[in-house]
Amino acid sequence: MKTDDIRELERIAARCRQNVLRMVRANGSGHLGPAYSCIDIVTALYFHAMNIDPQNPKKEDRDIFILSAGHKGMAQYAVLAEAGFFDKSLLDTFGHFKSPLPGHPDMHKLPGIEASTGSLGHGMNIACGVALGKRQDGLGSRVFVIVGDGELAEGSNWEAAAIAAHYRLDNLVLFLDHNGLQISGKTKDVMSFEPIAKHFEGFGWAAREIDGNNMAEIVAAIDSVPFEKGKPSLIVANTIKGKGFSRAENQVGYHYWNPSAEEMALAEKELEDLLMGMRT
Amino acid sequence: MVKLVKGTIEDIELTRAYNQQLIALAEEDPRIVDVEADVGNCIFGPEFQKVFPDRYVNLGVCEQSLSSVSAGLSAVGLIPFCHAFAAFASRRMCDQNYISVAYAKNNVKIIASAPGISSGENGGTHHACEDIALVRPIPNIVIMDPADSTAMRWAVRKAAETFGVFYIRAERLNGYRVYEEDSEFELGKANVIRNGNDVTLIAEGSLILNNCLKAAEILGKKGISARVVDIFTIKPIDVDTIIRCARETGAIVTAENHSITGGLGSAVAEVLCDNCCVVPMKRIGIPNRFGEVGQPAELMEIMHMTDKDIAEAALTAIAEKRRNEK
Repeated sequence: MKTDDIRELERIAARCRQNVLRMVRANGSGHLGPAYSCIDIVTALYFHAMNIDPQNPKKEDRDIFILSAGHKGMAQYAVLAEAGFFDKSLLDTFGHFKSPLPGHPDMHKLPGIEASTGSLGHGMNIACGVALGKRQDGLGSRVFVIVGDGELAEGSNWEAAAIAAHYRLDNLVLFLDHNGLQISGKTKDVMSFEPIAKHFEGFGWAAREIDGNNMAEIVAAIDSVPFEKGKPSLIVANTIKGKGFSRAENQVGYHYWNPSAEEMALAEKELEDLLMGMRT
Repeated sequence: MVKLVKGTIEDIELTRAYNQQLIALAEEDPRIVDVEADVGNCIFGPEFQKVFPDRYVNLGVCEQSLSSVSAGLSAVGLIPFCHAFAAFASRRMCDQNYISVAYAKNNVKIIASAPGISSGENGGTHHACEDIALVRPIPNIVIMDPADSTAMRWAVRKAAETFGVFYIRAERLNGYRVYEEDSEFELGKANVIRNGNDVTLIAEGSLILNNCLKAAEILGKKGISARVVDIFTIKPIDVDTIIRCARETGAIVTAENHSITGGLGSAVAEVLCDNCCVVPMKRIGIPNRFGEVGQPAELMEIMHMTDKDIAEAALTAIAEKRRNEK
């Protein structure tokens, strides 16, 4: 992929981060850290990799994205809005009474949401069902999933790891958002699943490790799936929680963000400056 | 209208009736898939697998995944019938049933075999004393406990044809036929299978319905006319029939292969309460205790779920009714 195209994806990701701030502003709070860590991946999926049509979100041969870590929902809303699945004004309803944008995504409230997630450890199994079903229709759909590293402690993920390998679901791609933090601290201190890639390889997956906030690396990894025919693909994406707001980066306290006006202004200013610098 | 079988005819296992019907329906509808968590062999699953090898998905021993994978299969337009023992289809799958399946409005059919005490010799770990209580609060779910093979075949066809989540209990014991094969059922409609005026015995499932019919015989010998109702659908429950029976007979006994907390008895009491139609009522079922090893007949003795227990409960309810009438 050309450098200009990578730069364009980076610009889109920055605008998506602005969309996240818009939602936090509307609601007063939100899961900033988790949304920011994975938003470069979600941007690359919707703006580079996936066969999707915002005007026809249910088209039969589409690729399917499932956000297992539903609390990162602002990242998906931000990207869907940027891609034109719905009007950006809806971002201002995030978390409000009867909004189509609840804190955790609902597949029946908003176009482009493929699974209702929020109870952790469900998404990988849903994705296995989707991948099994989609494989039979022969239309070539792929299924992309994001699971958080803290979420790996839900044992149902490991059931799904076995199922995906056993059924040779090479149309399934898992991004493990490896930001190293969870609500109660560092993931390696709370409950470690290192080395993650090795564990999945043991189950029969093909795995790669990338910098999950580096657009060129994300794109290169997606362009190479399936890594091996007959195996599901794991991309361990080493990310920075809160990436895109300097104060939040790698700070466990920004898992859920309840900003002051001053802090919100600072976060907005950083993104404006970033986008300004990207113009050239 | 349902048509009742005359005389005593032994029935096949309800899980066999389920499997036969699923194979027949799968021949008509290519979207139907059978999803198992290793115990398909216990309900004749290999017979489905033999006919439709590509539509039989065995996930191994992982009931949580059974539920969520089925949700994913539904999300791409398939109709998964997923099966586990009732104890695990409810307790183990609870969150996945609630969120992956029901909250997400997926078209998943959950088959819960060996409900209540019917898994007797396996002991308390395998008794599903509380599955209905766990499943019943899930909005829009349909809960059925077919009392014989005819009712089971109808329930499975209805589940396949109706978009939504169904939880169908399936006995693995040999019971007795209740309905003629050309019976027409209705979803949410209970069936009066014996007329009577003094008390109504409301049952769910094959095992306990049989006890209720025997209890009606015992009561008949004492000059008491007992009506027997097969509730058939536990959710949505047949409010009209329950209210009509309460008004016409003035006393009710519920009998279920389930804990008396949160199951049929609770559901009937809720109906009477919400409709300002409270009459003397007794609940027969598994009392507030864990399961126990033994044959179902032995377990029903210690759990006070026999025909005699039901008849005694009916006499108590009738006595209370008569006291109130004075």
